[in-house]
Amino acid sequence: MKVFVQMGSDLQMNGAEAVIKALVENGVEVIFGYPGGAVLPLYDALFKNKKIKHILVRHEQAAVHAAEGYARSTGKVGCVLVTSGPGATNAITGLTDALMDSVPLVCLTGQVPTHLIGTDAFQEADTTGISRPCTKHNYLVKNADLLCDIVHEAFAIASSGRPGPVLIDLPKDIQLTDVIYKKKSTKINKIRNNYETIIDKNTISIVANLLVKAKKPIIYGGGGVVNAGPEASSLLSELVDLLNAPITLTLMGLGAVSSENKNFLGMLGMHGTYEANMAMHNCDVMLNIGARFDDRVTGRLNAFSPNSKKIHVDIDKSSINKVVSVDYGIVGDARKVLSLLIKEIIKIKDETTNSLINDWWTTINEWRNKKSLHFNQTSKIIKPQQAIKSLYEKTKNMDPFITTEVGQHQMWAAQYFGFSKPNHWMTSGGLGTMGYGLPSSVGVQVAHPNSLVIDISGDASFLMNMQELSTIVQYKLPVKIFILNNQWMGMVRQWQELNHGTRYSESYTESLPDLIMLAKSFGIKGIRVNEIDELDHSLDEIINTDGPVIADIRIEKEENCFPMIPSGAAHNEMILSADDNNTNISEVGLALV
Amino acid sequence: MSVYQKNDIKEKESSRTLSLIVDNQPGTLARVIGLFSGRGYNIESLTVTEVDNRRHLSRISLVTRGTSMTIEQIKSQLLRIVPVHLVRDLTLEGPFIECELALIKLVAQGSDRVEALRIAETFRAKTLDVTLSSFVFELTGRPHKIDAFICLMQSLGDTEISRTGVSAISRGSDTETKILEQITLN
Repeated sequence: MKVFVQMGSDLQMNGAEAVIKALVENGVEVIFGYPGGAVLPLYDALFKNKKIKHILVRHEQAAVHAAEGYARSTGKVGCVLVTSGPGATNAITGLTDALMDSVPLVCLTGQVPTHLIGTDAFQEADTTGISRPCTKHNYLVKNADLLCDIVHEAFAIASSGRPGPVLIDLPKDIQLTDVIYKKKSTKINKIRNNYETIIDKNTISIVANLLVKAKKPIIYGGGGVVNAGPEASSLLSELVDLLNAPITLTLMGLGAVSSENKNFLGMLGMHGTYEANMAMHNCDVMLNIGARFDDRVTGRLNAFSPNSKKIHVDIDKSSINKVVSVDYGIVGDARKVLSLLIKEIIKIKDETTNSLINDWWTTINEWRNKKSLHFNQTSKIIKPQQAIKSLYEKTKNMDPFITTEVGQHQMWAAQYFGFSKPNHWMTSGGLGTMGYGLPSSVGVQVAHPNSLVIDISGDASFLMNMQELSTIVQYKLPVKIFILNNQWMGMVRQWQELNHGTRYSESYTESLPDLIMLAKSFGIKGIRVNEIDELDHSLDEIINTDGPVIADIRIEKEENCFPMIPSGAAHNEMILSADDNNTNISEVGLALV
Repeated sequence: MSVYQKNDIKEKESSRTLSLIVDNQPGTLARVIGLFSGRGYNIESLTVTEVDNRRHLSRISLVTRGTSMTIEQIKSQLLRIVPVHLVRDLTLEGPFIECELALIKLVAQGSDRVEALRIAETFRAKTLDVTLSSFVFELTGRPHKIDAFICLMQSLGDTEISRTGVSAISRGSDTETKILEQITLN
């Protein structure tokens, strides 16, 4: 159907303007980007449009992580704008990270004009080819008439079903072609491969029965609960209360149930608590909701929770029976399934239900008494665990947002920082991207300008994207960068100690900058904490500073992250401390990551 | 897939024929193939051509191997690809027809030529090209039949082979029309 529009109508514009208008229509308020030759028309359109705030990052990878931080802390779709060639290739790590952690993003990349595609033109890269395996979907727009529809569809794909990143490659000539703006279709176009399936009532009732009759149940929640919105998280707490069942959460799921909930056993998995892993191993009914049996969680698969009936709720059908065979798979949104389950359980539950699991709680409390997260802060040297614990205690009433990098500090943050709400914990789980936290904190702080945002970092990870200090200063973002400085790539060093005979090959961070001088050079505050006695008042100073802070926390250098499931071991083979490590890692285990 | 070994269930791998309906647009085939190479699955045969020129839909007929858990995983992963509309497991659904077309060039002299023609007749192969020293035969049928024919021809002389790969369809009166009608016209 042809639409006739009068010349000079406000629906007539060039492709770049149409793209920006379409972003506004899809609710974009902030875009993270870096300009370049192939996106100049888009930047021109942004210049004229006052509705979208552009945050200029210092590296395209950081643009994507910032958008991830924005998306994960708000539940909205994050938006990225980068140029062709190196702009696009730099964004790839971020896109892969977003795909692994199911973060909804739309990434616009510039491309050389259509007539130059395939000629190895300046700053040309096969962006759709390179990004195909690391996006949920991508487009190369070769026909300007489809531009508006593609942008609208991209937002629908990014945010529906299992969320993920969508990339739109925009050749420069398409950005300059005149188009007629098309609004989002009022009737919602069925996303072509629909994740939504009808949830089978019968399965819900079988599962509800299993849970009610279970003597040793465990609920294991993941990032899918957080992605399903705050309501899903409160429904999960409701389910936990209803069954009085123990609950454990994955790294991605932290915050879905408050850490102060009496039924919360802590995080599970490789660096999870003893009680969480033992409960997983010994349970008779396991309800996995919105998690994907990741290898960090399961340990050795042939010894994974051997005697349980397993129920798996996931919005992505391919997650079910991917690595662990389950007895009941339910494909659906966590919120919907939880509300159906709760209704059904209320119907069939009676007074005897909760007393069935008294013995189970006795056993669990015995495991809890092992105090697997115990540590001794005895000398003057700061234990990293103590640093996180003190930070948590100081800030827990301030509703802080926490981002992290990847490594030991990340695990300590997951273990010792408590989260009471979803969307307050941004960490790179699936891909394990060092350098994620600082740019991510940029996105979080932009979305929540008046909130306390802390990037818990390690010295090595910090160096990976520290150029973003410049962004932080430019936009006056009061991010607190809390660096647990042990001068090692701590997790690498730990594995070398445990698995490779303390041969510390290339894991020492030589030539670290003086972080206080570095802060000074950016005009921001640097605070160094050398000893435990200084920690308390230094934390006050960090938190109460108006602007950004780099905190250089000098910690015990060779502290290891425990408890731990050694590689190739099972949930019931945890080591609780270094003295426990008398078992030799199996040959198979050595080959694992 | 994780390097952590899967449950120690020893299940035999079997061959499966899948039939996909996908958007005929650039990149769709790359997505399908990339999925197989990226996740370490096998493709034994793959054919693709547009079958609906109004909706620009193509059918991909694909033969793969794996345990039932792997095949389920392949099917679910294929459905995650946005331009993939329909994934059918013909092997699981019931009786279906598999067919393949092959062009076989044979260079042979003397009595071998007579033998070649006799075999071609038995297999109901068509002769598409003849010179004094060669033939080109066209043969359609199930892959096993074509394998057998090629094997015989190879013993008669120098050969050159071109095969289309398996194209497949279910037996009986069921069609996909109703499902395809839900796909909006572009």
